[in-house]
Amino acid sequence: MTMSAILIEPFVHYGFMRRALVSSVALGLGFGPLGVLLMLRRMSMIGDAISHAVLPGAAIAFLVVGSISMFAMWLGSLIASLIVAFFAGIVSQTTILKEDASFASFYLMSLALGVLILSLNGSNIELLHVLFGTILAVNTQDIFLVGGIASFTLITLALIYRPLVVQCYDPSFLRSVGERGSIYHLLFLFLVVINLVAGFQALGSLMAVGMMILPAVIAKLWARTLPAMTLIAAVSAVTSGFFGLLASYHLGFASGPSIIISASLIYILSLIFAPYGARTSIYNRSL
Amino acid sequence: MDSHTLGSFFAVTHSGICFQNVSVYYNRQRVIDDLSGIFKFGTMTAITGPNGAGKSTLIKTIMGELLPNTGKIDRGGISISALGYLPQSLTIDRSFPVSVIDTVILGAWQRIGPFGGVTSKMEYEAADALSAVGLNGFDRRSICTLSAGQFQRVLFARLLLQDPKVILLDEPFNLIDTRTTGDLLHIITRWRDERRTIIIILHNFEQIRAHFPNTLLLARKPIAWGPTDNTLSSANLLTAQSIADSWFKEPELY
Repeated sequence: MTMSAILIEPFVHYGFMRRALVSSVALGLGFGPLGVLLMLRRMSMIGDAISHAVLPGAAIAFLVVGSISMFAMWLGSLIASLIVAFFAGIVSQTTILKEDASFASFYLMSLALGVLILSLNGSNIELLHVLFGTILAVNTQDIFLVGGIASFTLITLALIYRPLVVQCYDPSFLRSVGERGSIYHLLFLFLVVINLVAGFQALGSLMAVGMMILPAVIAKLWARTLPAMTLIAAVSAVTSGFFGLLASYHLGFASGPSIIISASLIYILSLIFAPYGARTSIYNRSL
Repeated sequence: MDSHTLGSFFAVTHSGICFQNVSVYYNRQRVIDDLSGIFKFGTMTAITGPNGAGKSTLIKTIMGELLPNTGKIDRGGISISALGYLPQSLTIDRSFPVSVIDTVILGAWQRIGPFGGVTSKMEYEAADALSAVGLNGFDRRSICTLSAGQFQRVLFARLLLQDPKVILLDEPFNLIDTRTTGDLLHIITRWRDERRTIIIILHNFEQIRAHFPNTLLLARKPIAWGPTDNTLSSANLLTAQSIADSWFKEPELY
């Protein structure tokens, strides 16, 4: 097989591969910057909690509608994730529980509930689809939804970039100039929710948050400024999407894990070769 | 409390930041106990006292981050957002990937707000502020590459850009070397000459005596507030210390 047969032809020949590619490019563009901000805000755990909340939401929708209806499952998971994000926010701001502990409890709860509901009423195939994604079943409607969410995310982020960044690294300054940081925090959480919901069809509820966190961690190994990190995160997310889809096509793997494995490979390579990776730190330490 | 301060408090209402019988609770504990007095506009006041005496709480109360449970604060017609505030640097994430110049330009927040554009004039101002704090050419450096002293200089540059009438500094020289401290004290002196009001939390009595004419000695309740030499008398310091000792001896009461 030639290079082009491996890398390009699947997308030329098959409409479902093209749609999958468009979908993962759109997802990657939004996930990259969101993941970087999530990591910098030390909120990776919140991402986890929200992403797992997708499962019971989608499961209940499936239970009500009785078939795999993407729209119903999206709606269900959107509602469930918003609820979890809301409660997680309240718990972290009103109790002394450290965020990681309270969010770990939230996502374990969601995961257990979701698996229970789906395994009672659906087949194992459906459970697997929700958990690990079925990007190869993306239709035109889904693309519009994912593309719309990605566009909305990028525009909103561009608009609230300054207060969001300041709220993240010097919240007391933002308060001292009379801004209400919590509005931007909530907007940001909302963006995380709708993106994870948008990502669950392609990546699955277990894997979606990986496409947010891994590219962010990769970016941190390569760059020291926020714009550069954002760019690198988006590029690595899109790249993992591309190669993940190819692996999924050629080797018959589920799309979600393939995409996340691709991101993991980029992460491992970055650990070895990136300027702020393990090699550099070990080298510096031995000096 | 000397009667002179109280007298002027009632005579002139808009000449400074006035406290009238202010008590503040924090975690159900009274951290500021019945404070009355005035930080007059155009003066420099040091706040000192043992750890846990309510110094930072007092500054946060002036900033409106905490509300007095009893009593009243009159900021003399100055809005909270026009106050310049430098918290203890511990609260800032110094590993955050943002450049020095971007941090300084935030000082123009009152002019640009969350969405407005930064003009080239502001960039010049920021560059000027950076050279004023001795960080010429640091514009593009990432703040995570700075030492604690350099970072404090950056925050002072941001204050310069904010151009506030009242400046609140919470232990600004903590963990800062002598040379940087000297430079920053020089900037504070310049602010005094520009008739700005300065309220600063300090532990170093030498620095207070050398640079700050007024001092408030706090041990949850005000021990003394007035000219530095009177406030920092050995009798007053002893009183503050014995009150602080009692917090440790009888933790369930305080």
